[in-house]
Amino acid sequence: MALTNRSIQVDRKPMTWLESIYLWNIVKGMAITFSHLFKRRPTISYPEQTRSFSKVFRGLHVLNRDEEGRERCTACGLCAVACPAEAITMEAAERLPGEEGLYREEKYAARYEINMLRCIFCGLCEEACPKDAIYLSQTFAPANYGRSGFIYKKNDLLIPNPLTEPEAYQKALGEKASKN
Amino acid sequence: MSEAPKLFKVTIDNITIDVEPGTTILNAARRIGGEVTPPAMCYYSKLEGSGGKCRTCLVEVAAGSTADPRPMPKLVASCRTTVMDGMVVKNITSDKVLDARNGVVEFLLINHPLDCPICDQAGECHLQDLSYEHGKEGTRFEFKRRTFEKEDIGPYIQLHMTRCILCYRCTYVADQLTDHRVHGILDRGDHAEISTYISKAIDNDFSGNMIDVCPVGALTDKTFRFKNRVWFTKPVNAHRDCPTCCGKVTLWQRGDEVLRVTARKDEWGEVMSYPRPDGSGNQTGWICNTCRFDKKNTSDWVIEGLSNINRHSVISQGKYPGLVTPKETITEVMGGRDPKLLMDIHDVSGVNDPEVDLSKVAGAATSKTFEKKEQ
Repeated sequence: MALTNRSIQVDRKPMTWLESIYLWNIVKGMAITFSHLFKRRPTISYPEQTRSFSKVFRGLHVLNRDEEGRERCTACGLCAVACPAEAITMEAAERLPGEEGLYREEKYAARYEINMLRCIFCGLCEEACPKDAIYLSQTFAPANYGRSGFIYKKNDLLIPNPLTEPEAYQKALGEKASKN
Repeated sequence: MSEAPKLFKVTIDNITIDVEPGTTILNAARRIGGEVTPPAMCYYSKLEGSGGKCRTCLVEVAAGSTADPRPMPKLVASCRTTVMDGMVVKNITSDKVLDARNGVVEFLLINHPLDCPICDQAGECHLQDLSYEHGKEGTRFEFKRRTFEKEDIGPYIQLHMTRCILCYRCTYVADQLTDHRVHGILDRGDHAEISTYISKAIDNDFSGNMIDVCPVGALTDKTFRFKNRVWFTKPVNAHRDCPTCCGKVTLWQRGDEVLRVTARKDEWGEVMSYPRPDGSGNQTGWICNTCRFDKKNTSDWVIEGLSNINRHSVISQGKYPGLVTPKETITEVMGGRDPKLLMDIHDVSGVNDPEVDLSKVAGAATSKTFEKKEQ
């Protein structure tokens, strides 16, 4: 029984000579191909042009600093425990006297790594963070020839210091800045 | 005494149990177990005289006894109230109790800092559990929290006075376990603080048990300070032949490193008891400072296996007891040739560096610990 009226009975008759030279079918196919010359191109020439992402796009992670340029992360491990892909690892250290300008709390992440090969960009680390230290930006991890380039260390993830490099900081904030 | 001692029948949340006269309501409820048991922040069954300070174990007594079935006019602290025959106690079935406990949690959290992301106790903190289960989300307190000057109490124990809830458990440990007490509660009221007399170091043997009895992160292990979060370490039961203590401990490991040694805890978060070697009752498994702070090699211990962790605890995340790893077949299929690894994570990653052994660092790791490997 036919479920829809779109089912067509397959024609199994042997082809005629005119059909077997495929001339008409070639013309038909080329007509479709050439008609696309006059249509709007769906592609863009990346990297010269880029598309804007949606407001909720989750891209590459950024480790945030506070307004005084101190690192917000205290290595509490909540991002790592929330991470379903187990991509985040860290090692904590205690802030020494004299390092108060570098780190916001008495404990900080001495090492902080995200394995971008494992990361699924779900954003659970951002949700878990009690210190607003990690957020997902509007860029994605660039391609790389080797696997080792995908292990992002703290220096790769940290946002530029807003006091010493204000322009780079604003650029890194991106569309997040207009939200605030 | 030929006749068996008379047992008291007590009903807690509609569950009836027979207990010996002199048992407290809290211990009777612990005999039943589960949700019926009131939480306790200051009471510690292994420490004589503890309890009656935090008020989290408040329960309602709906009927005093069979002889006098009038209800008690106020909520009572179950850790200090002994049962009577025919007593009817309401814990989670009483709205009054839940409301009162809510208020007690709010009081306890008035001065408690919200620094759980930094605190080493997070994940096994009784106050954290209590506030999750009984507390409110917000605070109504509008004033500055009480703070204290930081005090160094020696190389083994880290004191964070701001986190203290004044349960007095650590002073009982010092009185009942160590040879002489060097710390106590100084000052009164809002200024009351745990302190040693003129910054004396607490280093007498068995003083490390203060860390285990502390319900919050006020006393933590300095040799474990900031080394790892509790839930990323693997707890395994182990023992060694110790001349001073029972030697039965839980090792908190990362790989083969022993990051922390604690006594074994029972389901109430208290240090476990073991039968005495001579068979005369039980003894509490307190451990000595040598076992706790100085034996940080796996080779010092005889490993017994994974410790039992409540599956609702965050510590159980990532632990898979009974995990069966499938057999690696690549070498077999390739005719004895090992697969070529495209990347060894240790060549790239700086975390968990084999050259930096965190368990060998005396206190917390600092930037100096890591800087020699940093390019």
